Amino acid sequence: MDIVVCIKQVPDTEELPHIRVNPETNTLVRESVKGIINPFDENAIEEALRLREAKEGRVTVVSMGPPQAKEALRKALAMGADQAILISDSSFAGSDTLATSYTLAIGIRKIGKFDLLLLGKQAIDGDTAQVGPGLAEWLSIPQITYARKIEVNGNQIRAERTLEDAFEMVEVTLPCLVTVTKEINIPRYPSLKGLLSAKRKEVLVWGADDLSLDRKRIGLEGSPTQVIKIFTPQPPPKGEILTGEIPEVADRLIEKLRERKIL
Amino acid sequence: MAEIRVDLEKCNGCGECISSCSFSALEMKDGKVRILATCTLCGACVDACSEEAIVLEKEEKKVDVSSYRGVWVFAEQRQGQIMPVTYELLGEGRKLADYLREELSLVLLGWKIEKKARELTGYRIDKLYLVEDPLLEHYYTSFYTQTLVDLVKSEKPEIILLGATSLGRDLAPRMAARLKTGLTADCTGLEIESEERNLLQTRPALGGNIMATIISPHHRPQIATVRPKVMKRAKPDGKGQLRVIKIKPNLTSEDEMVRILDLIREEKDVVDLQEAEIIVSGGRGLGKPENFSIIRRLAHLLGGAVGASRAVVDAGWIPSYHQVGQTGKSVQPKLYVACGISGAIQHQAGMRSSEIIVVINKDPNAPIFDIATYGIVADLHRFLPLLIDKLEKREKALL
Repeated sequence: MDIVVCIKQVPDTEELPHIRVNPETNTLVRESVKGIINPFDENAIEEALRLREAKEGRVTVVSMGPPQAKEALRKALAMGADQAILISDSSFAGSDTLATSYTLAIGIRKIGKFDLLLLGKQAIDGDTAQVGPGLAEWLSIPQITYARKIEVNGNQIRAERTLEDAFEMVEVTLPCLVTVTKEINIPRYPSLKGLLSAKRKEVLVWGADDLSLDRKRIGLEGSPTQVIKIFTPQPPPKGEILTGEIPEVADRLIEKLRERKIL
Repeated sequence: MAEIRVDLEKCNGCGECISSCSFSALEMKDGKVRILATCTLCGACVDACSEEAIVLEKEEKKVDVSSYRGVWVFAEQRQGQIMPVTYELLGEGRKLADYLREELSLVLLGWKIEKKARELTGYRIDKLYLVEDPLLEHYYTSFYTQTLVDLVKSEKPEIILLGATSLGRDLAPRMAARLKTGLTADCTGLEIESEERNLLQTRPALGGNIMATIISPHHRPQIATVRPKVMKRAKPDGKGQLRVIKIKPNLTSEDEMVRILDLIREEKDVVDLQEAEIIVSGGRGLGKPENFSIIRRLAHLLGGAVGASRAVVDAGWIPSYHQVGQTGKSVQPKLYVACGISGAIQHQAGMRSSEIIVVINKDPNAPIFDIATYGIVADLHRFLPLLIDKLEKREKALL
């Protein structure tokens, strides 16, 4: 079975507290931001590798982003992916989720036939969870979001979707798109063998000229949404440390919660 | 096509623009600045350049946005029950519609749900689009998308609000992609920009470290999913002027669609964390899995839900649907009690917008104290039993 996994390079979470908005220029201040594979996308890669191990086939990992996203794709190769493709071009700059899902869809069509398209449930930087369903729409295939378990039998895929207060068991005929949650598996670390063989593999780079794109649907022009302002949220008002003997502190906490109408 | 370029005649190689760029998209080459592929066309460098050497040309599009009117709220129903977020959207939708001097419509999809719809007559809603079909009884991405897209094309609303729930976040992006319009996820603030009637959609990004305000100036409808528990619930203060418009959708079952086989409710205590008013969370400071019983007791006593840090979920102490944080759930309760949680940024990202945060931790340097409303430096094994005891006595005294 042939599987395509879409991944995104995101800033390392550990560095998020250092990201601030410059009030004068209204832009992000990022000092030396290290990129990692979006954590949920690592689960998607892992699931693809497990399915390939059980059913054979190929795992192709695709990312859209700046040239440095190659690093993320190299790691996916080291984990065991067969092929990695970076979709990158300065004309893709400013893409919102609609333009991104369009561009990825065109790239995935160029890869050719696939049975399953896997993504993480959302990226931890934007948190939108919009590229998955958007991609499924552009490719006209069914979607299963928030899967915590999948099982492939012949040309059928069965999945458990995570809802707020329950799980939904669903089934669909392949090809389809699935977005996964972290419960689905524990991603492997690249093995030494994997790291060595990844070195021999090339990350393919496709630019706008390599893809049959409608130029009106990419980049800023293909993006209906525009970010007009970014700002640092108001820090929470300075808190209060309740000190003293434990019984006394408990009483004061109860009093505070009563004042705030919680109790 | 929008385009950015450097006027090499004007560029004096001062490098001011390089430090203004958040995306490291500029570099100096042979004494002149060069724009790299990482450029997002944000325009910060244009403002930074005192020589006016960087030119950003945006092509303005002319789409007849004025033919779209009115505000829609998508009524989320599950098993025939209208979900709480719907009432929050109604409150917010009313505010926007009044500002725009337009109608507020509720769109309800389901089967044999007309009776439920009558419950809504007390709210100040102008129109109810009631779409009934056996295929709409449960949520299917394909049927719901098709139904809404058809309705949008014939009725042309300017704004559509949906809850940022597992359902709304599955449906909205599919629908927006089919309509090729703008969608903003997980909004926590909505306002109207009076001149252009654009919806100003504010949402957290990067784990809540920044906020972004987003518009879709040339596209309609403007679609937003709204985070549950943020907006105020509408009050039933209408005078029953609701007009019900019944729609018969044009749907046929297809082979390639997703089929729902079963709905599993695994445990009784799977409470919806995102809907909870009060959450009591436990972390590694509990020492061992059995000690979650004290968290459960306190949660029960306060009428709240049980949350957990990633560390204890990964250690297998408690199932993952209790996890709060960046890779778990984002919550925004009135009261969040963090017990024995150090509060790594990943955890804070999921709960920092809670109204009141109570922190109980024996390590005074735990990062979670930074965002505590009330901090208590104490051993939770001593503090919590005492607190529970006092709360129980108080409850008895009130009875």
